[in-house]
Amino acid sequence: MSSKDKTWKEISIAGVCPKSSESFKTGDWKTYMPILDTEKCIVCLTCVMLCPDGAINWIPDTNKISFDYTFCKGCGICANECPAKALTMKIDNTEG
Amino acid sequence: MTTQEWKFTSKDIAVKPDLFLSGHRACAGCGPATVMRLIMKATRGPTIVTQATGCMEVVSSIYPYTSWNVPWLHTAFENAAANAAGIEAAIKAMQRKGKLKEHIDVIAIAGDGGTFDIGLQSLSGAVERGHDFLFVLYDNEGYMNTGIQRSGGTPSGAATTTTPAGSVIPGKLERKKPITEIMLAHGMEYVATATPYYWKDMITKVRKGLEVDGPAFLHVFAPCPRGWRSDQAKTMEYTKLAVETCIFPVWEAVNGKKQLSTPSKVIALAPQKKKPIKDYFKGQGRFRHLFTPKNIHVIDELQRLTDENWKKLLQNCESK
Repeated sequence: MSSKDKTWKEISIAGVCPKSSESFKTGDWKTYMPILDTEKCIVCLTCVMLCPDGAINWIPDTNKISFDYTFCKGCGICANECPAKALTMKIDNTEG
Repeated sequence: MTTQEWKFTSKDIAVKPDLFLSGHRACAGCGPATVMRLIMKATRGPTIVTQATGCMEVVSSIYPYTSWNVPWLHTAFENAAANAAGIEAAIKAMQRKGKLKEHIDVIAIAGDGGTFDIGLQSLSGAVERGHDFLFVLYDNEGYMNTGIQRSGGTPSGAATTTTPAGSVIPGKLERKKPITEIMLAHGMEYVATATPYYWKDMITKVRKGLEVDGPAFLHVFAPCPRGWRSDQAKTMEYTKLAVETCIFPVWEAVNGKKQLSTPSKVIALAPQKKKPIKDYFKGQGRFRHLFTPKNIHVIDELQRLTDENWKKLLQNCESK
């Protein structure tokens, strides 16, 4: 929340939340990050469905899975449920 | 029910934009967050969501951010269903006056605290009055947001901060409230249970609940890795184990006629696939004390109760 935002005292009663939570990046919470082995991936979309953060997307044009690490919290549900064992959890070394 | 069978593939669901957006502040490995995402994938048009106080309300609406891409309303803990009733009545009135042409779906979402305990009277009232809305209960079996207190939905044997396991008691002594039976007794047109691991089954049930002309109730199992003291990566594994051990069988009841859904039907047809409840308890910190020699008899007792409930459910599904 930047200092330019209205505080709760200034907004109208029963007003609208001004920002989408998509501008709040939760990716820096993670310790481990899922790494996909595209060779093994069978594009079953299990990980896309079961991700609590909507951080895994299916790209229709290329029929591939893409990870949005700006939201991934590194819980490891995707790696645990992957039927093809195509996902491994590695320490997140990226700056954040 | 005027339901036409809704056919969809996993790819249809994957490309449908999320209405519950990323960037919410739920813990890593949150079960209810997955449930919210998947529920919102089943919507069929304009939808209004109203929520009781609970984890999902808190994590999705921290000012100035909102995770909801639909009109969303929260007032207090006890009145998710009362809100839904009011919204539905307002929509009807506007339609009667010609101010609104299209149909709008209303979904009320509450946790187990907001349904089993605090929200039960408003839910019962709204259902009795026959308002057209879908009530989704995401059951993480306790008041997890406020510090893991017991609720009416906590299973017996589970340790919480208000039922701590120790020398006096082996976790919660009382049994879990049979909420779906209570809702069925209201004579509702559609009551169902679902788990996110079988997401296709769950999304279909949400859509069916929306299509019913009148109140519908959906009980969704949603593990909480923080409150259950379990591994965050195994959240979805527990929702699968709960079905396989028959702790949480999945079924739906249309006009009071109960029918097992596929994941549970598989176990009914091949009883050798039914797992002992120990498999489900293992790895959950809230049941850890049950594996000590002093408390091992509690597991046997819980196994007996689970088997009894499963038998009762099978008889119910057959006889009607």
